[in-house]
Amino acid sequence: MTTVDLKPSEEFQFATGNGDVLLIACGALAREIVDLIERNRWTAFDVQCLPAKWHNTPHFIVPAVREKIRANRDKYKSIFVLYGDCGTGGLLDKMLDEEGVERIDGPHCYAFFSGNPEFAAKSEDEFTAFYLTDYLARHFDRLIWAGLGLDRHPELLSSYFGNYTKIVYLAQVHDEQIIENARKSAEKLGLAFEYRFTGYGELETDLEALSQTDKMLTAPLTVSSGNVL
Amino acid sequence: MSDDGELDLNSLNDEDLVLQVHDDLYDGLKEEVETAVNILLGRGWAPYRVLTEALVEGMRIVGIDFRDGILFVPEVLLAANSMKAGMFILRPLLIATGAPRLGKMVIGTVKGDIHDIGKNLVGMMMEGAGFEVIDLGINNSVEKYLAAIEEHQPDILGMSALLTTTMPYMKVVIDTLKEKGMRDDYVVMVGGAPLNEEFAKAIGADAYCRDAAVAVETAKAFMARKHNQLAKG
Repeated sequence: MTTVDLKPSEEFQFATGNGDVLLIACGALAREIVDLIERNRWTAFDVQCLPAKWHNTPHFIVPAVREKIRANRDKYKSIFVLYGDCGTGGLLDKMLDEEGVERIDGPHCYAFFSGNPEFAAKSEDEFTAFYLTDYLARHFDRLIWAGLGLDRHPELLSSYFGNYTKIVYLAQVHDEQIIENARKSAEKLGLAFEYRFTGYGELETDLEALSQTDKMLTAPLTVSSGNVL
Repeated sequence: MSDDGELDLNSLNDEDLVLQVHDDLYDGLKEEVETAVNILLGRGWAPYRVLTEALVEGMRIVGIDFRDGILFVPEVLLAANSMKAGMFILRPLLIATGAPRLGKMVIGTVKGDIHDIGKNLVGMMMEGAGFEVIDLGINNSVEKYLAAIEEHQPDILGMSALLTTTMPYMKVVIDTLKEKGMRDDYVVMVGGAPLNEEFAKAIGADAYCRDAAVAVETAKAFMARKHNQLAKG
């Protein structure tokens, strides 16, 4: 029996420089954003990322995002920022107000991946948890362990993590290898481990809404014939 | 130099030994700092002099280089741990010798927040500067702050938060102090990575302290003002 395969015959591949809506994002979200764009075949987004390592030094974020906005304002129809407050203490929002640019809601990526209301409700009882996302779990050794100097000075472990009780790995995709990385990270820190699948949460719903607002085109599905059943 | 090529701290005169303590604090060499503190005490230095000239001055240099982006958090933590070791030796001696006290501070991280690196640094530097410090630790409710204030009658209340989501709790504490008519009895200093001057002003704090060195200078200035006002009657 010949059936119609509604899967695209060719993978839709994101390429920078084609869209007219610029997403300025933390580098820790790059993979997730591109995955969403490709999965949804959104053609109107362009993405520029800033260094994910600023997770540890948030004072770098605000001036760099402002610089990106100003450098690109005339080149795009609109700009949207994919950063949480990320420890900027409201300064990111203040700057974005001044520039007339919006961002995804939430204090951190942990929150918008989990869903902001759900995260806020949980955090009341979960403030001794150290959160990992896919990105942080993948790059734990470089970003957290070495980034905090624990590779050189493991004796500082209790200064950094003495008050934490567990690692909660908020997974965007289910990947056994990343789960294993996260579990090993918890072991290294001497903390309990919890796995929680979130998916892309509000990152996906916000981008979906943005794509609707801007009435953006999606790449057409190519109808091909083939045996799918 | 000793036979094994290591620097023998005993061989240094007082001036060089103090400079060496500054270097060793900078490098986070805890045991060397402990040794030097004991040598200076053995040479008849008053504990308060060891504290101020060797340890506090050394940490002041560390603080400047941290502020200027030359040193980073791990190095500051190592330096702080070294200073803590030196202070552990000096603390009972300072009490016994009646070292000068500039004032009293109750300090703690706010409710829902377990971050204490900055708060611990401030507490240590305040103690080094001559303040009696009552450290409430982490996750403090307004009730805990109030109970500590009642019990210890401090000059200064210090609150710390690292999270955007927990820093608004500082306003809860300040508003409660206002409701109880106690606000003007205490200097309220706040700090933490996501805070800024504007936030401190908006919640009704007396001062935002960017780092431990600023906290010490701010506290000293408030105490000097308080003494001047008392002197005027």
